[in-house]
Amino acid sequence: MNVTPFPGEVRPLLEVRQLNQEYFLRRQKLFEPRPILKVLQNIDFAVRRGEAVGVVGESGSGKTTLTRMLTGVEKPHDGQVLYDGTDVWSGTDAERKTFRRSVQVVLQNPRSSLDPRMRVGTSLLEPLRSLKIEGDHAARVHEVLDQVGLSKSALQRFPHEFSGGQLQRIAIARALMPGPKVLIADEPVSALDVSIQAQVLNLLKDLVRDLGLGLVFIAHDLSVVAYTTSKVYVMSSGKIVEVGRPLDLFRAPKADATQNLVAAILSVENGLSGEAFA
Amino acid sequence: MTPPLSPGAPAIEVKDLVVTNGDVTAVRGVSFSIPAGGRMGLVGESGSGKSMTALALMGLLPMGWHTHGEVLHDGADLAKLSDKALSSRRGRTLSMVFQDPLSSLNPVRRVGDQISWVIRHHTGADRKTAEAQTLELLRSMNLPRPENLVRAYPHEISGGQRQRIMIAMALACYPQLIIADEPTTALDVTVQKQVLRLLNSAVAERNSALLMITHDLPIIAAMCDTVAVMYAGRIVEMGPVQEVFRHPRHHYTRGLLDSQPTMDNIALDGSSRLVSIPGMVPPLHDLPSGCAFNLRCPAATDKCRTDMPELGGETSLKSACWHPIARADEVAAQ
Repeated sequence: MNVTPFPGEVRPLLEVRQLNQEYFLRRQKLFEPRPILKVLQNIDFAVRRGEAVGVVGESGSGKTTLTRMLTGVEKPHDGQVLYDGTDVWSGTDAERKTFRRSVQVVLQNPRSSLDPRMRVGTSLLEPLRSLKIEGDHAARVHEVLDQVGLSKSALQRFPHEFSGGQLQRIAIARALMPGPKVLIADEPVSALDVSIQAQVLNLLKDLVRDLGLGLVFIAHDLSVVAYTTSKVYVMSSGKIVEVGRPLDLFRAPKADATQNLVAAILSVENGLSGEAFA
Repeated sequence: MTPPLSPGAPAIEVKDLVVTNGDVTAVRGVSFSIPAGGRMGLVGESGSGKSMTALALMGLLPMGWHTHGEVLHDGADLAKLSDKALSSRRGRTLSMVFQDPLSSLNPVRRVGDQISWVIRHHTGADRKTAEAQTLELLRSMNLPRPENLVRAYPHEISGGQRQRIMIAMALACYPQLIIADEPTTALDVTVQKQVLRLLNSAVAERNSALLMITHDLPIIAAMCDTVAVMYAGRIVEMGPVQEVFRHPRHHYTRGLLDSQPTMDNIALDGSSRLVSIPGMVPPLHDLPSGCAFNLRCPAATDKCRTDMPELGGETSLKSACWHPIARADEVAAQ
């Protein structure tokens, strides 16, 4: 396994250091301070060029909050988010612009992340417009459609005319439009059918290999993450409890959270042999 | 409590079920039967008609949809019963567990009241007895502190607990048949297994028959003894789970099995690829002629594009394919 596919490159593209995030809960008693929920505690996380990294954990473990930090949607309470070595929250406007352009996200449900009243062609141009990126937009659209395996006829159509798998391709295409260096995919296949899941997983794998993207793959299903990535972070109650190669996590899970996730995996094979509920 | 069926009588027998809405046909002639205490899985992707089949059995189709064919259950044809007669059966002789418990529980009533209402409505038990039975049910569902839980509203409890409440409700009157439509898709993976295990033992205890509807093959392998694979409104392969999953004869079933990420095909290096079925499920109003799978099938020929194959086969495994995958012994014989 190749953990650093671009040898000699040490500096991660996107990195968080000692990240902490807290939310205030509703006041319980009138004269006492509001209780604090620590959603992320001392998170260290990094993704390099051409590297696919997975994040797994149960709901409520902090996966989505971490996504919000990585995309710069939310400011951390404490700690650093670094893109290409510069702090995202204290950098110059130009640095921040590069960051916003270079880190793109694909969400779980493409039906709710694409505007139903916008033609796909317009949706694809939206990131270029909002990030004020110059250049030959039409050529870029065609290039990206090619990369995700969609035909040009898709541009004139509306989201409701597509199936779930195609919509997820469109969402990936839109994320690729500004030419990102890092793609963050939050549960990208859990809303899709099994036969389509495989197509989207293979596409993500190809993009990492062909474009040298850094991929952050967030999911609750360890087997899907393990298939796509070469390194997996396991999260539980706001902490990273284990990091390792997917296969090692499968064979010898150490942390309790990892053991629970591995034990939860159902496969056709252990179902047929009657071991599923053993 | 309903009297147990005479031995040998199927819990449900569906003959040539068709579900239509004007020009659109969601289910195109489906037949199967589940023996008393038997467990059948119905697998398919979205748009395959598996949920419409379930709703047709329950008499809960959305407005505008109509059922044709026979649904024999407990000495009656459900497809021909009036709404009133059906509603006295739902929850008593057959019941259903839906995918999303939050939208199927009443948000403004305490969960305990909702369960005991089902018991009182169908058995005529008095309030005290029903409440005692409710507590007993919740205890058997491994729910913590049932005395407090009965007073909770649906939004106050977790998704896994809610789904267990739904299962408790479905099982309350010892139905002959339970239909579970994607009962764990909305749950976290770690909770999913607990809920399935519970459903598994609760169904076994009551000797109810189970119709498990899901797109998740591992769940079928763990819970069912027979399986029917649906594609575009028809059953394309049906038989014992062991046979269908180990030696499928239909190319669609093979494709579904191959596209599962398993521990074996997970990348040792980063280069492994999942086998995927090319293309997508055709829309209901625009099905190809002949076999509906012909656009995506690796073995499709001209015959497949003109003639619709029927479900058939000499063994217990039936498949609807003109060019079935040869079994190992057949290959050896050639």
